[in-house]
Amino acid sequence: MLIDIQEANAKALAAIQAAQPIIKGIDTAINVVPGMKKNLILHAGPPITWAKMSGPLKGAVIGGLIYEGLAANPAEAEKLAASSQIEYSPWHEHDGVGPMAGVATASMPVWIVENKTNGRKTFCTLNEGLGKVLRYGAFSDEVITRLKWIEKTLAPVLKAAIPLAPEINLKNMIAQALQMGDEVHNRNKAATSMLIRELAPAITKTSFSQEEKARVLEFMHSNDHFFLNLSMPAAKAMLQAAEWIEGSTIVTTMCRNGTEFGIRVAGLKDRWFTGPAQMIRGLLFPGFEEKDCNPDIGDSAITETCGLGGFSMAAAPAIVKFVGGTVSDAMNFTRKMYEITDGEAQAFQIPAMDFRGSPTGINILKVCEKNILPQINTGIAHKDAGVGQVGAGLVNPPMKCFEDALEAYVEKYCQN
Amino acid sequence: MSKLVNFFGQKVKVINLGIPSFAEDLRKQGVEVMHTEWRPPAGGNKKIQALLAKVEAWQSKVKAGKGAR
Repeated sequence: MLIDIQEANAKALAAIQAAQPIIKGIDTAINVVPGMKKNLILHAGPPITWAKMSGPLKGAVIGGLIYEGLAANPAEAEKLAASSQIEYSPWHEHDGVGPMAGVATASMPVWIVENKTNGRKTFCTLNEGLGKVLRYGAFSDEVITRLKWIEKTLAPVLKAAIPLAPEINLKNMIAQALQMGDEVHNRNKAATSMLIRELAPAITKTSFSQEEKARVLEFMHSNDHFFLNLSMPAAKAMLQAAEWIEGSTIVTTMCRNGTEFGIRVAGLKDRWFTGPAQMIRGLLFPGFEEKDCNPDIGDSAITETCGLGGFSMAAAPAIVKFVGGTVSDAMNFTRKMYEITDGEAQAFQIPAMDFRGSPTGINILKVCEKNILPQINTGIAHKDAGVGQVGAGLVNPPMKCFEDALEAYVEKYCQN
Repeated sequence: MSKLVNFFGQKVKVINLGIPSFAEDLRKQGVEVMHTEWRPPAGGNKKIQALLAKVEAWQSKVKAGKGAR
């Protein structure tokens, strides 16, 4: 095969750089998510069976089945979840992403993000806020009631407002947020504020009641991570543009299901390379200890895969108060990531690095040769279903994912 | 031999590769040291080194083939 890796990777990087993700709208998952059906549960990370799921993912599945009306109580849901009536599939195989447990069911509303450059769409549920929430495996009445409010009020109001607002280009919004101290993984304060600024006038123009509109604005305002569920599908849309460029060694997916970490590579179509999800080193909320923590979970590492999050920590020095470390650590993480990436984002500039573009396009050859792992910052879920977030910190993927991908690459391309 | 004698008679300047503490120890003794970060490819993992060598060999052939066209 006459494939020049440098050329293949340059093509992948050009596709990522050319992507223009915009908010297209909101709809119910079953209407828009490819392959979605009533008995299918989408989850974060690589493929997994019920038996191997960790506590927070199992809890979120239980909550999802109750929300969907497929089970009346947790015991019934657990029984159904373990049966062959329920199917599981990674969000990534359905053009979407889910934070933490990432569970999505047929009736849940989803953001629709479109890459204007190629017309492809990506999807993500709406952020529920902090505390007892489904994405951390909680399934109490309070959680289901909030999810129903999201379905019946939040999503319809936003869906009506989006066409009344100016087109929201998420790439531009992320670029601005990086100049304002966000890295759009664990710090989304500026981006959420900008989103509210764009949508608020349109929300007031919808025909919903004053009370409903006020509640929607208050909900968005109360949650600094509201934008995370847009930065993730935006990053997914950018990376999706590099799938599946023949011969490219650029990573298009990094994600975790709480048990395993999985990656996919542009030149190795549809193949998952997995290793054990790692424990997170970080700052725990008062009252929690290391033994309470679940291993790494969630699709939010799509931000790092796209050069944001841990790769852009130099843009967000304040984040070290949340995930641990020092400001110089944050600077060094970004500097180090240039060693394993093939390019620098044209749109995402980091002021503290003299407006250098964020490190973009993780190359498995560089990861393996330099023995440097991608740097991820992330939330920490309690290992038991339903407790919620117990802290935030820093984590790396297992090297095995990259080594196995390299081996598969050699097998596919380097024979004869 | 005379070169070696001259070497011992001169002030020693060191370039240190890899482990930073070697450079630090010399610095403490007043020796001029330049430290360079270096790590063995693939962290010394022979299997991964061999796989990377295969990719490199394949790419040399690809580039040679392209040059011949």
